Amino acid sequence: MCLGIPGRVIELSDSEPLAMAVVDFGGVRRRVCVAHVPDTRVGDWVIVHVGFALTKLNEVEADRVISLLNELTEPERAGTS
Amino acid sequence: MKYVDEYRSEKTARGLAAAIRSELRAPWVIMEVCGGQTHSIVRYGVDELLPPGVELVHGPGCPVCVTPLETIDRAHAIARRPEVTFCSYGDMLRVPGSRGDLLSAKAAGADVRVVYSPLDALELATRLPERQVVFFAIGFETTAPANAAAIEEAQRRGVENFSALVSHVLVPPAISAILEAADNRVQAFLGPGHVCTVMGTLEYEAIAARFAVPIVVTGFEPVDLLEGLLMTVRMLQAGRNGVEIQYRRAVQREGNPRARELCARVFELCDRKWRGIGQLPQSGLTLAREYRDFDAAHRFEVAHIETQEPADCIAGRVLRGLAKPTDCAAFGKRCTPQSPLGATMVSSEGACAAYYEHRLLPLTQTRSEAEVLR
Ligand code: SF4
Repeated sequence: MCLGIPGRVIELSDSEPLAMAVVDFGGVRRRVCVAHVPDTRVGDWVIVHVGFALTKLNEVEADRVISLLNELTEPERAGTS
Repeated sequence: MKYVDEYRSEKTARGLAAAIRSELRAPWVIMEVCGGQTHSIVRYGVDELLPPGVELVHGPGCPVCVTPLETIDRAHAIARRPEVTFCSYGDMLRVPGSRGDLLSAKAAGADVRVVYSPLDALELATRLPERQVVFFAIGFETTAPANAAAIEEAQRRGVENFSALVSHVLVPPAISAILEAADNRVQAFLGPGHVCTVMGTLEYEAIAARFAVPIVVTGFEPVDLLEGLLMTVRMLQAGRNGVEIQYRRAVQREGNPRARELCARVFELCDRKWRGIGQLPQSGLTLAREYRDFDAAHRFEVAHIETQEPADCIAGRVLRGLAKPTDCAAFGKRCTPQSPLGATMVSSEGACAAYYEHRLLPLTQTRSEAEVLR
């Protein structure tokens, strides 16, 4: 139920007070309300739940974690377990 | 999909599991709070990658599962009215009430519709001015701002044929109830990532201090869950309590202030009965006084409907981390997703349904588009 999907903002329409955006989810586009994330800009990544952006996705943080995690090796494949 | 696939990497997941295995010094019991996490753990076999010393127990974080029977019965009573168009998130339709589920009401002629967003229900109300459009507003703190926005917008635009049956639940009172129980076994928590995206971590810091437990606010993909577990094990073994955030790409300590303020305007705290668990004080949200005109329970006079839980299911123990679905004699026999006996067999995020449907899928399996966009 609390599923949140990351998508990229490709269009904004500022129909106050419920600002809307078009968000691309890996090729699938949907209209999403961005009223709760007021500084949203085209190109931002947002996390979307039931048609509302919950927050911007922190890309710096996401990329940092991905590269950190990718450095992990598997000890058992190296013969240590 | 970017920012999804990377967090499903099997290599990274196995690397993290190996790190947990090599660092583990003692057995620990850790609860994942959120049903989305339960679903992911069971679906991707995260628990099967873990060393035997790390026991995962599944928490009460599936709003569909904990919505009380009487709320389902109230929804049913409203939906059956001829003037009503009843709108709900898809997963509520099959939850059995004492007079059947919403799908059976639909089959019997009721106008019941699935919506993706509460704004879809509001849109329907403006398109169908002769109908009474009722939205079933359930969910945790993640969903509350969306539902609040629809209700506030209905008031702003004066959409008088729109109302909401509100049955929101809050995570912190449920965690506190689990920790207060004399038979509690849980030593640490994976905190609910998207709930904290909205609410921030302050309430969790208070719980961590009060009960001296570690809480690691964690995301939903296999790599998130395993990194969250590694962080949790490290905190447990260092004797460190408090809140750490694994899901930093989405969670900030202060949450989303704008969404929080909106909820505080539209809703107020109330005592709430949780299915399988019972009454928890100040554990739910109901409409604030200024929005009572939009309260469907009031408009359609169903607030008096009260129902007792059937006693033949151990879902209450499953939801408090005291039993696994497979401990239940009815599991997979008398109780299946097609004919559920209890709350946790209903939603795909309920522990019983997750066990039934998603054992032993490979880590690399990707979700269908429909599921991703739900
Ligand atoms: S398997 Fe069915 S009857 Fe058993 S605890 Fe789960 S929901 Fe209840």
